[in-house]
Amino acid sequence: MSEAVIDLERPICLAVLAMGGQGGGVLTDWIVATAEHAGWVAQSTSVPGVAQRTGATIYYIEMLPKRDGRAPVLCLMPTPGDVDVVLAAEFMEAGRSMLRGFVTPERTTLIASTHRNLAVSEKETPGDGIASSTPVVDATGIAAKRSIVFDMQRLAEQHGSVISASMFGALAGAAVLPFPEADFEAAILAGGRGVEPSLRAFRAARDLVRTPQPAAIAEVTRPPAIPHTTGVAALDALLARLRAAFPVAAHAMLFAGLKRLTDYQDVAYAHDYLDRMETLLALDERLGGAAHNHALTVTAAKYLSVAMSYDDVIRVADLKTRAARFARVEREVGRKPDQVLTMTEFMHPRMEEVVGSLPARLGRWVEQRPALFRALDRVVSRPRRVRTATILWFLALYLVSALKPFRRGMLRHQREMAHVADWLAHAKRLAEQDYDLGVEVLACRRLVKGYSDTHARGTAKFDRVLAEAVGLLGKPDAAAWLRRLKEAALADEAGTTLDGAIRTLHAAFAPLPL
Amino acid sequence: MAERSFAREVQDLRLGDGEVFKGEGILAITKALLQSGVAYVGGYQGSPISHLMDVLADAKDVLDELGVHFESSASEAAAAASLSASVMYPLRGAVTWKSTAGTNVACDALTNLASGGVTGGALIILGEDFGEGSSIPQERSHAFAMKSQIWLLDPRPNLPSIVEAVEHGFTLSEASNTPVMLEVRIRACHVHGQFETKTNRKPEFTLREALENPRRDLNRIVLPPASMLQDRQKLETRWPAAIRYIKEHRLNEHFGPAQGEVGIILQGGMYNAVIRALQYLGLADAYGETQVPLYVLNVTYPLVDDEVAAFCLGKSAVLMVEEGHPEYIEQAVSLILRRRDINTRLDGKGTLPRGGDYTASVLASGFKTFLEAHAPLLLRNHPPLPSADDTLQRAEMKALAGVVPQRPAGFCTGCPERPIFAAMKLVEQELGPHQISSDIGCHLFSILPPFNLGGSTMGYGLGPASASAFNVPADKRAISVMGDGGFWHNGLSSGIGNAVFNKQNQVILVVDNYYSSATGGQDIMSSRALNPRRATNNSIVTAVRGVGAKWVRQIDRTYDVAKMRDTLKAALTSKAEGPKIIVASSECMLNRQRRERPLFNKAVKDGRRMVKQRFGVDEDVCTGDHACMRLSGCPSLSVKQLDDPLRDDPVAAIDNSCVGCGNCGEVSEAAILCPSFYRADIINNPTRLDRWLDRLRGAVIGFLQRRRDARRVVFA
Repeated sequence: MSEAVIDLERPICLAVLAMGGQGGGVLTDWIVATAEHAGWVAQSTSVPGVAQRTGATIYYIEMLPKRDGRAPVLCLMPTPGDVDVVLAAEFMEAGRSMLRGFVTPERTTLIASTHRNLAVSEKETPGDGIASSTPVVDATGIAAKRSIVFDMQRLAEQHGSVISASMFGALAGAAVLPFPEADFEAAILAGGRGVEPSLRAFRAARDLVRTPQPAAIAEVTRPPAIPHTTGVAALDALLARLRAAFPVAAHAMLFAGLKRLTDYQDVAYAHDYLDRMETLLALDERLGGAAHNHALTVTAAKYLSVAMSYDDVIRVADLKTRAARFARVEREVGRKPDQVLTMTEFMHPRMEEVVGSLPARLGRWVEQRPALFRALDRVVSRPRRVRTATILWFLALYLVSALKPFRRGMLRHQREMAHVADWLAHAKRLAEQDYDLGVEVLACRRLVKGYSDTHARGTAKFDRVLAEAVGLLGKPDAAAWLRRLKEAALADEAGTTLDGAIRTLHAAFAPLPL
Repeated sequence: MAERSFAREVQDLRLGDGEVFKGEGILAITKALLQSGVAYVGGYQGSPISHLMDVLADAKDVLDELGVHFESSASEAAAAASLSASVMYPLRGAVTWKSTAGTNVACDALTNLASGGVTGGALIILGEDFGEGSSIPQERSHAFAMKSQIWLLDPRPNLPSIVEAVEHGFTLSEASNTPVMLEVRIRACHVHGQFETKTNRKPEFTLREALENPRRDLNRIVLPPASMLQDRQKLETRWPAAIRYIKEHRLNEHFGPAQGEVGIILQGGMYNAVIRALQYLGLADAYGETQVPLYVLNVTYPLVDDEVAAFCLGKSAVLMVEEGHPEYIEQAVSLILRRRDINTRLDGKGTLPRGGDYTASVLASGFKTFLEAHAPLLLRNHPPLPSADDTLQRAEMKALAGVVPQRPAGFCTGCPERPIFAAMKLVEQELGPHQISSDIGCHLFSILPPFNLGGSTMGYGLGPASASAFNVPADKRAISVMGDGGFWHNGLSSGIGNAVFNKQNQVILVVDNYYSSATGGQDIMSSRALNPRRATNNSIVTAVRGVGAKWVRQIDRTYDVAKMRDTLKAALTSKAEGPKIIVASSECMLNRQRRERPLFNKAVKDGRRMVKQRFGVDEDVCTGDHACMRLSGCPSLSVKQLDDPLRDDPVAAIDNSCVGCGNCGEVSEAAILCPSFYRADIINNPTRLDRWLDRLRGAVIGFLQRRRDARRVVFA
């Protein structure tokens, strides 16, 4: 028998992980063309399967020159532990490439874009379902021999191109393929479509990789500094009150609350907020809040301001008609100076909203007459396509928003304030006996959001979770249990997770059978 | 082909002697057909062979020059039946489809074709949709070849070998009067490679000659006693002829040393992975030079007993590399050895996994086990096998596993099927969950989040048929879904006709998006485009009424979610007898964009007034409850975190890929979600009136906005 090992030459192996529609096929073709331009044999495969977009797809490329006129035998699937370069067109796809074993520390250069393209599962949770990128960063640290990681999507957009071009540039800049730069650019030129923007994005990414910029300092979202003076006496009075009465730990959140509520209603309303906050602070102090970093005050500052700025028709009309909003829409849709822009809102007012906007007594009077209510509802409740940028529709919304001074007399306001009062009383009562539990009760307000049915479902969940709070008094880890219930309520729309969590809770504290 | 041009690929079909073709495997096959003097080609589109159909559909000129007839068959059965042109006439014909899905459909015709036998070469190109990336059940085409006695080619997955297999396929078929299947796996269909081309050949005998000089031979028609005679011919004439041809032309290949302690028998399609696995073990190089004798079955059915026996003789053990199950070839090899009393040990399944992809790493560890048992000396000092196991064991990786979300395929941006299922979800919120029988096609994505609608799928066009049994008095009725592709494939009779005849009470939803979209957007009977080579614009509603359906509703804009919802509700509550049929029609957005975007851009460039629509979300109105997401799942509708300490949850956001389909607004209205959505109408090249109105509105609205901003007492 002859020597076992004949030759150790092996092909260069590259895997591209992309989602359908991201141009993974174009990138693959460019890489193959580059190798072929250099006289190598290159083979690519993919499983595009169905024509639909959005699914995760892997493209695989191997390349090796001919030897004595013989073409190499190239593989059609990546082998874990044997991939030289992984290109991931999205950050979670980079994570997937590592989970599939394509990225190993002996061999693999990982080129990944940090931008996120959220999966349906991340978008559909009622709470915050966005997967954390940190585990991907951590895994990159141990899995890759070398990693080149930046937002290639944004870079491509800045140059009017698509991500395949910037990824191709990053590959060239990484100098992991033994081909001169001209071969890369030749591949783009030969592709023929969108050559100029592709080349721009390609070169920008290549240069960025070749001469790495000093690491961008991570942007920490700092709470906005509280101005010393605003130049408006009424606002300065609010700030003075804030500074005089409240601990520093709560300043940032209270300032955010004041900003929100002056904008929502007026300065007097913001004073109401501070009034309520002062009684909460007094309780907090009495319960030794300083030792808890004034969690009760800070949490109340946040959720009370949200509760007091409930979304009603006045609020929506106000937000929709603002100059700043018009400017934002223009920015978002990228209006050019020679284009004309109009907007259409999709509104569906119901009788509930109308009654809520009536003076409280009149509103109740209508509500108590179901036949009348239904008759009016038939007139009111229908989809309205509101063309805000036209004069008449703008005027209509403008007039609705002009009702703001009367808001405090409206039925909806009374109801909201009663709800707020109940909630605060509940929190205070529980906090007296269990500080952390009281804080959690305040934080449960996060469940109330949305409009119409969604709002009703949120409120129902809020009520269910809070109903459990009383029973938790005196139990170990009461606050943690309540937090778990709140998170369960945010996990799905139907409340299935919440049902399960409540059952678990009851089972945990059920008296042991004798 | 509808909205996508294959003009560049068509140019490749014209390459002549000694030129180099560079491209996909499936296109190489297409070129090989023309080089082989094929007279007619048919087939049914589907991954991974769609491109063969697409390119030929665009290649009218090339086909006309050669006198080749090309047909987009109504189904695989229709395609298979068309091979009957090769029964009496020396006409070479080829058909193609996705297998085993399509082979199942084609079986009736294939059985009869194989029984009578062929005169002209009949080649069936199977896109073997097996393994990772496959979209159908994991079965093997091998069984079909065995049961009907059709020869099965499984060439090594490189372009020259595949092209050669096409050419030999025809001659083998003619030499043995038997149809031949050519099996090409998904990755081999999509593999990019090169081969040296030959000039295309005109068919030697033409369809016209056949038509004008008809022949018949009672012995070729399947009816007793001829069918009994045909069965004898299969065994006594055709089989031996095939074996002779395979031997003479050395269709199966040997690699590596002539003698050896052990050897490997493999399907041709496994060759590249086998070489790589041997390379990992230090037993082969990157150019296929191997230390272990290989017997490569480019023909996996029938086996050449003498070749198998000769390969095994003198070896202590051989390993059979056969992907998928059951292990038909291993069983056959075992029988050959047993009958000849050859005591070579046969390994296969067991040493290698019973199912799944035979990747290089799977094969390498199987080979290692095999060699350790039977030829340990070969393995001395082999390098460690590549593996990511050490990395994957790390805590950081375990943490990562819990984070990376699944990303199944879903509806495209602006897909007209999204609002249909949004409406169905709204109906279910009102009337409760229903038995929903789904079908094959894009609409099957309804079973996934966020819609989670649909309980079964039984085959193409069989959605309504699969709800047949649920035809008893009940407070709820069954819903079934079927696409326009499935409808014309067989659903009109198996679904609609069946439901009408049996007075079924179910609600049948026909999703009509103007194309066979899931397979790449090919035209079908009811496509709205004018296709000079096909008769399109045949109404589904007329067809449905034609087979006797009474309760039929047509919805011409599926984005009208309220209408869609109300129609579904009416169908579910109607007192009418018989099936309630809703035809929901809107054009596939992918194809619509392909067609409209270039026209739109050109019109803008030409200075014409063009309005582009897209949607947006007012981030300060959105409360981050994501109710809209649960009725959409659109790739362009996502969520983003705002820089606001008062907000916990991310708000909805729409990116620039939005095509303004209208679903967001319609759903928001129909489900009374929230007023956050807006539609922006961006007018390109506005007229003087547009500009005048814009200035007027800007002046009035601007004045009012400035007035209010001036009065607002707020923090900057």
